[in-house]
Amino acid sequence: MDGFVVQFVNGLKTTVLLALVSGALGMALGLLAAAGRLSRWRAVSAAVGFYTTIIRGVPELIIILLIYFGGTVAISAFFGRYVEVNAFLAGVVSLTVVFGAYTAEIFRGAVLSIPAGQIEAARSLGLHPWQTWLLVILPQMLRIALPALANQWISLVKETSLISIVGLTDIMRVAAIGAGSLRAPLTFYLAASALYLALTSLALVIFNLLERRFAVPGR
Amino acid sequence: MDIMLLLTSTVTLTGGIPLTLLLTFASLLAGFVLAVPLAFMRASPRKWLSLPVLAYTYVFRGTPLLVQLFIIYYGLGQVGAIRSSVLWVLLRDPFWCCLLAFSLNGAAYTTEIFRGGIQAVATGMIEAAQAVGMSPLQIKRRIIFPIAFRSVLPSYANEVISLVKATSLASTVTLLEITGLSRKLVSETFAPYEIFIAAGVLYLGLTFLLTGFFNVLEARLNAAPQARTHPRRVILRQVPHEQ
Repeated sequence: MDGFVVQFVNGLKTTVLLALVSGALGMALGLLAAAGRLSRWRAVSAAVGFYTTIIRGVPELIIILLIYFGGTVAISAFFGRYVEVNAFLAGVVSLTVVFGAYTAEIFRGAVLSIPAGQIEAARSLGLHPWQTWLLVILPQMLRIALPALANQWISLVKETSLISIVGLTDIMRVAAIGAGSLRAPLTFYLAASALYLALTSLALVIFNLLERRFAVPGR
Repeated sequence: MDIMLLLTSTVTLTGGIPLTLLLTFASLLAGFVLAVPLAFMRASPRKWLSLPVLAYTYVFRGTPLLVQLFIIYYGLGQVGAIRSSVLWVLLRDPFWCCLLAFSLNGAAYTTEIFRGGIQAVATGMIEAAQAVGMSPLQIKRRIIFPIAFRSVLPSYANEVISLVKATSLASTVTLLEITGLSRKLVSETFAPYEIFIAAGVLYLGLTFLLTGFFNVLEARLNAAPQARTHPRRVILRQVPHEQ
């Protein structure tokens, strides 16, 4: 078990890095998608609606497998020889796509709950649409979206474990290797679950602090 | 992209739908049966009742379902007492392990959803039920739970959809439901696009059907009291004053 402590630490780093990178990219994608969904242009709004509906109706595992194996086929065809896609990269892409779809719906709901008067006031003050988004909508919307966002981040941390299925050496994969080589699956998977529980608890604490700091009065 | 392959693999993958649905509905049922008493315990003001349930939901909602499934499928066999017990007949079978993992995981989420509904029931309703002499169990069964269930139906519908998607993890312990079948097909043909897209389409169909079902259920449950009281007719009858 001793040699596996180092491996678990490395696995933990991979899991945290994967969650942070795909979470940050996913939130950026979600913001863009929410803006697109609320856009005046029907085609953009419909395209984003299509994206969020499809992604939220299909298991994450299918999306991960499609991106990993599909990516391998596409890149192999491009180079003319067998190239295996990096599991971390496939993980970032698939989790970003999934996280973006869920956060897009959260952000859209939050934007819609901002009173129209705020946006009209910004316009009558002569703010540019960009300024309206950045200075009026975004700060208010993020506060409203915070509780739902917390849940989504916790799901994201848990979903990173699925990337181990395509071979990323995260916490889950280290546990599987240890379970196989030392014939002690219960010990290793319990250790893995303790690490995941620590990560999700940490996320919960951070979001509780953020919520207390940015609490919306009267909500 | 080969359209013919997409169509034929969609047809082949429909063979996995029964197992996906069986896993979904069996764990839904088991999860529901577990969650209802647990939700009442969790909503109880008595700490010794609510804290153990909180510990359960916290752990099951804070760890990945994949880890829970692997603990049950691979881990429990490490315990000699379980290997030699009667339970081993069930626990060495991946189907029962999946069912156990999905039920326990789903029950944890459902408990928290129902607890929210139970705590949101207006105290006036409960006091009224007490005033007409209902026993605590009757109040729970006839007043609190129906009101709570109706109010949390949208969240419960989301939970059911997540459960359908969660059953895809059964493929990691060798079960051939939609995802398992598609992974097997991909390893044989190495045409990931067509086959995984076909699998996605099937899941999308299932989630759409369930969403539609819950929308209808929600509309019916919300319409029920109005339809029964006939507000219009009551007013018409009240108009003539008999001296």
